[in-house]
Amino acid sequence: MTHSQHRTPLRAIVTTLVTVALAGSLTACSTTGSTSTPGKAIPATGVDDGTTLKLWTRATVERQARKLVNAYNSSHKNQVDLTVVPFEDYVTKVGAAAGAGGLPDLFAADIVYIPNWVKQGLYQDITPHIDALAFKDKINQGHLTAGVYNNKEHVLPFVLDLSMMLWNKTLFKEAGLDPDAAPKTLAEVTKSAKAIQALNKPGVYGTALGLNCGGCLVFTGFPSVWASGNQVLSADGTQSLLANNAAKAMYTQWRDLWLSGAVLPSSRDENGATWTAGFNDGKVGVQMYPATLLPSITFDAGVAGIPGPDGGASTFVGGDGIGVSKDSKKVAQAWSFLSWTMSEDAQVGVLAKDGSVVSRSDFADNQYALTDPRLVTINQVAAKGETPIAVNFQQTFNAPGSPWLTLVRNEVLGKGGTVDADNAGLNATLGQ
Amino acid sequence: MAITASDSFGVRALAHRVKGPRYALLGWLYATPTALFVIGLFIIPVLLVFQMSGSDWPLFTGNQGWNIPSNYQHAVTVRLFWESIRFTLVYTVITTVFLLLLALGLAMLVQESTRWKSVLRTAFLVPSALGLASASLLFYVLYSPVAGPFSDLMDSGGFTFLGTPQGALWSTVFLVIWRYAGFYMLLMLVGFQGIPDEVYDAARIDGASRWNTFRYVTVPLLRPTFALTTVLSVTGSLLAFEQFYILTKGGPDNSTITVVQLIYNVAFQGQNNLGVAGALSVIVLGALIVINVFQLRAFRSPAER
Repeated sequence: MTHSQHRTPLRAIVTTLVTVALAGSLTACSTTGSTSTPGKAIPATGVDDGTTLKLWTRATVERQARKLVNAYNSSHKNQVDLTVVPFEDYVTKVGAAAGAGGLPDLFAADIVYIPNWVKQGLYQDITPHIDALAFKDKINQGHLTAGVYNNKEHVLPFVLDLSMMLWNKTLFKEAGLDPDAAPKTLAEVTKSAKAIQALNKPGVYGTALGLNCGGCLVFTGFPSVWASGNQVLSADGTQSLLANNAAKAMYTQWRDLWLSGAVLPSSRDENGATWTAGFNDGKVGVQMYPATLLPSITFDAGVAGIPGPDGGASTFVGGDGIGVSKDSKKVAQAWSFLSWTMSEDAQVGVLAKDGSVVSRSDFADNQYALTDPRLVTINQVAAKGETPIAVNFQQTFNAPGSPWLTLVRNEVLGKGGTVDADNAGLNATLGQ
Repeated sequence: MAITASDSFGVRALAHRVKGPRYALLGWLYATPTALFVIGLFIIPVLLVFQMSGSDWPLFTGNQGWNIPSNYQHAVTVRLFWESIRFTLVYTVITTVFLLLLALGLAMLVQESTRWKSVLRTAFLVPSALGLASASLLFYVLYSPVAGPFSDLMDSGGFTFLGTPQGALWSTVFLVIWRYAGFYMLLMLVGFQGIPDEVYDAARIDGASRWNTFRYVTVPLLRPTFALTTVLSVTGSLLAFEQFYILTKGGPDNSTITVVQLIYNVAFQGQNNLGVAGALSVIVLGALIVINVFQLRAFRSPAER
């Protein structure tokens, strides 16, 4: 109690310091909101004057991003400085930078996050530049649409990633299946997987699923619903339709596969870090799989669109979109990079050459694709694919423990029969 | 204790009389570095959290102005709010009970054994030198059904450490006990050393058995140590984050989501709403204060009551 006499000056000092610090942080926040209006006098291919541009991407598209950046840097005066961020940390990093006004000039993002991020004002409006592109209607529409908010365009496709059905032809042959015929329905997929499981080869499984990875399940599951002619979300992205009959039929097939033991056991806890490893090692018969990883497969694998419960084929047009950040002061230079990524040099000379999917439909039949029939298949299915759009996509589907994961895990691993109740959980999050 | 307190009181009173304000100024000077750290790294962040909790503050767009009290209304309806509280409490009770019992046992072992004393003490303490995040990563690999040394065992036994809610909880408890038992043992040892030998001598002369000595001499005199360790363990466990973030990510099926993880998820994994995350943080802060006041009361010795 002898301290009481010292309290008054202490309190005065604390109050002053806190007030100063708070006032400082408040003013810092209020000055970050400014965004520059899109420049009018920017030439169609941007300005190439030796500026250094900062670019962020998540690690998922590192391979393509590095090749694009290297090709751009060696043919332009502008230099792009690429930073690759692990995908779990990407939202955190972008969020912190956005709040502090420190976003790089250009940054790519998972296309399913783009509607939210555009709405939050992280990207600048580049409508006049995109509209000026002669080939605008050939650019992947799913990605372009994801970046539209209030009729303004903000985003171009950076790297396309399509989900495809892949099967190991060697294992198919051993199981007495036709290695050149793709399973045409989900039931046929199940049958093939069980046939491969019946080989009883140690460590070899019929199929693999990312059962604790919301993003993986979205990527591999939505196309089956689309293939049946149904939708997964309402047009405004606030209602889930994942309790319709096509979706239910899909969960039933997955459950059947899981209960029969034809699914790689680690699928149960697979959070997305290693969900393609089993197939890559030749230990999985048939799997829905990201086409960007096709160049890494060393054995003979068949490729087809993802079938629905009653046939058809579709794909999830995922991957990353890219735009100019709200904090960039170098819009004209950034547009130089963006417009170049849409050019034939980038699309065919870099992406197609490396076995990646092109973002422009007029390059689908390029010279490289023609040498590999699998790429032709992918490019054809791409035209039938879709990109789901919802502002609350991340928390509904991708986040750990999301309502979507709850639904799928209940249906496939749990007791089942709660699709409608679980779907209400999706709606609650989507509509927030 | 009483002597030193009145002693310092006397010195201070003397200083005021003899040296006057200059001496007081010197005191302030000495206290300034600590005060600055406390203000910069604790008080300002806490005030900022209070401001966040009362403001519309999305992660991407920053402060959008006050909106009291909608963040708080929102916070209690956040998905998994009650589940995370329940799990955090269960985890806290399990961890605290096992950790303190084991630490007490280890301390007695070290205290009693004469020959291996320093070897044992070092062995128990070594895990404490590892950061919790590093330790979690180490155990992540140990528990991994793909890369871990027990993967064959798990394969043949048909189980995984982190695959079921119970498995994930106990695997994490094991990690935390492994990591902290040595540290808490050290605190217990300090408590043991604070018990004067005369008391034990007196007990021996009175012919007390080993158990009675422990029950009626050691335990009552360790009361302050128990208070310290319980408060530390309860507070630490209620704020558990790294171990679950790395080992389970709240899974399987959201069975291991702690309150702090929920705050992290609201801030960075989907809702991206710092306002609601701030409101949750303030609620947790309030709960912690209440719980700690209650604990300190409970551990007060009968004489102080």
